[in-house]
This record gives sequence, structure tokens and C-alpha cells, in this order.
Amino acid sequence: MRGITIPLLVALLFAVCTVAMTASPALAQQDEQVVTVTAKQYEFSPQTITVKKGTPVVLELTSLDRLHGFSCPALKLRSDIPPGKTTTVRFVPDKVGTFPFHCDNFCGSGHEHMIGTITVTE
Amino acid sequence: MKTGIERREFLKLAGIGSVVFASGLMGMNGLGHAATPAQDDFFFVQMSDTHWGFNNPAVNPEAGTTLQKAVAAVNALARQPDFIIFTGDLTHTTDDEQVRRKRLGEFREIVGALKVKNVRFMPGEHDAGLDNGKAYQELFGETHYAFEHKGVHFIVLDNVSNPGSTIGDAQLQWFAAELGKIDKKAPLVIFTHRPLFDLAPDWDWHTRDGAKALEMLKPFTNNVTVFYGHIHQVNHHEADGIKHNSAMGLMYPLPAPGSVPIKAPLPWTPSQPFKGLGFRGVDAGKDRAYALTEYPLKGE
Repeated sequence: MRGITIPLLVALLFAVCTVAMTASPALAQQDEQVVTVTAKQYEFSPQTITVKKGTPVVLELTSLDRLHGFSCPALKLRSDIPPGKTTTVRFVPDKVGTFPFHCDNFCGSGHEHMIGTITVTE
Repeated sequence: MKTGIERREFLKLAGIGSVVFASGLMGMNGLGHAATPAQDDFFFVQMSDTHWGFNNPAVNPEAGTTLQKAVAAVNALARQPDFIIFTGDLTHTTDDEQVRRKRLGEFREIVGALKVKNVRFMPGEHDAGLDNGKAYQELFGETHYAFEHKGVHFIVLDNVSNPGSTIGDAQLQWFAAELGKIDKKAPLVIFTHRPLFDLAPDWDWHTRDGAKALEMLKPFTNNVTVFYGHIHQVNHHEADGIKHNSAMGLMYPLPAPGSVPIKAPLPWTPSQPFKGLGFRGVDAGKDRAYALTEYPLKGE
């Protein structure tokens, strides 16, 4: 009986440790604000993104048609958005305000209207 | 041989109302410059952002004839320039490849009426951003090149054929090789469509890898002037001894950098037709001073 209990305790301890190791990232992800953004000629959706200062943000960017770009110079964010995949941009807003973003890969006659804003609140 | 004073007289003879010697702007001493003999002075014209094919009557109800008026205005100059350079956005964007070729062909035909036949071109993103410059190259040839005129080195850089507004590593290597051929003390003029520096990144008024080109130009400090288009207005900027000068457009003006949330074309002013449109003459010489003269388009 005793010989069985010790391996069982070891196994339980191992299982608890395994759960804890896999749970840590999950807990961290819960602290992130995930924002899904789609891009297509010639608009982003949503065009306004509201996030909180100090809270990690994950932008999940997807293009529905062709290569676009996501650029928010004030927050030092930029990425290409190729079609057919989700592109992830992570950042932690460190200042409050409203910051414009735009498509920075020339994408057609309405390219210059492909804009939006990120608002960072307290 | 012409002195600076003679150059001023030359410009008066050319029918220019307001001669602006930009010696301060160019980092030169105006009086000192005027007293310095300058051999092989010459005069060229920069025309930019003609946007042939643009169609928005609220912005320019005379869009179909504005380019022709600009050609006529240059042809009417009392003294014709040594050469003319178009700094990009020859045509307005279209997603249709056939229409793009048609517009480029029409543009070429219209500017073929220029008296001066030494005419140089470069693309803007409206011409070349959607097909990596393919149609442009079919009609106008290389998108980046170098030439020399009376002792001044000119390099045309293409920062638009890549939709991501980059010069690109291959062209930067070519640029480095071209710079390697030039005396570091010789006057050097760079033509681009987009600004090489970060004028207004929120409006995409920059070149993503422009800093690499500017770094290469550092050994030429105080000898380099950049003339560009793209922003449809006159803007002067100097950094690290390099002077950057944008030109007015020839189809519609745009707001001042960062002045409004959206950089939409400024509406037509009926009481002031062609307000904000024009081209420029550049009086250049080996002394590295460039007298800029803006010619507003009057539509006559």
C-alpha cells in the first residue's frame, strides 16, 4: 500500500507541475487584450481601436484581399499584412491619447483613405 | 562666365517676377555667393505630380487641360531651360492596367509638346506602386538613373515602385556605387518622388529606408540638394547639411503636413483658379547655390 502511495504522490506532483507550467502562459494571455483587425481595399475594420494604458495588446491582423500594411508611427508599430494568414503585433501602450494608423503598402486608388485610430485610455 | 549678379539679371530677362536667391536656404552666403564667379551656370525646370487622369470637379474642374496649360506655361518662358524633370505621379492611380498604360501614353504625348526635348522622368507611387513600375518602364525606361550636366551630378532615386515605399537593397547598392564615382566635393542633386526624410510618417510622407540613403550622403555634406514631389506644395527642410525641397503639384494642392486628420486634396477656389499649382525653375551652377523660382500656374 505504502509502495503504491509514493509513486502516486510523485505522479500527482508531476501532473500539478505540468498543469502549472502550461497554465502560466494561459494566465498571461488572459491579461492581454486581443483585437482582431481586418484589412481590405480600402478600409480597416474596426477603424477605431480602444485599449488601456499598461495592458498588453495583441493585434491580430488579417487581409481579405491583397498585401496591406499597418503603421502607427506614434506607437512605433508597423507590420505587413499579407493575405491568407493572421499577422500578430504585440505592444503595451505606455501613453494616453489618440494615435492615427494607416495602410503603408500602396494598395490602389483608395489607399489614402485606409486609415484609423488607436485610442489609449487610462 | 556668369556672376551671381548676372544670374539675377538673367532671371529678370526670363520674365520672372520674384527672383528668390535661396542662398541662405542652401547654406550659402548670399553676398559671398553673388561675388563668386560661377562657371557653367544653367537653368532647369522641375514639374511634379501632374496626375493625368485625375477626375474630381470639386477639386479641379479643369483637370483635363491643366497639364496642357503647364506645358504652355513652360514653353512661354522667355529663356528655355537646359532640361526639364518630372518628379513623379505623372498619372493618377487606376487599378486597371490598361487604363494605366493609356494614361501614361497620353501623358507622354501631351508633354511631347514641350519645346525643350531634354526631358527626364521618374515615377510616383500612382504610376508604379501597383505593378512595381512595369507599365512605367515600358513607356519611360529605367526608374532610377544618374546623369551629369555642366559639372553637377544628378541621381534619380526610385522610392515608389515598391508599394512599401522603399528604395530597396539592390537600388541602394547601385546608389552606393554611383556615389563612389563622384568627387565628395562636387555638387550633387538627388531627385526623388517621396521625401527621403520623415516629413510626416502619419501621412506616409517618408521613405521607409530613406535613412540608409541619407547615411550614404553624409560624406557629401553641404554639397547635396534633394528635389522631390509627392506632397503637392513647397516645403524646405535641412538636416545634416542636406537640403530637401519639395515642389508644388500640377493637378491639386494638399494640406500642410500634419495640419488636418486626413490629407485630402484641397478644394478648387473659383475666385482663384489653379491656386496652389505650379512648377519651379532652378538656376544651378558649380558653386552649389540653387536659385529657386516658383511659377504659379495661372491657367492662361
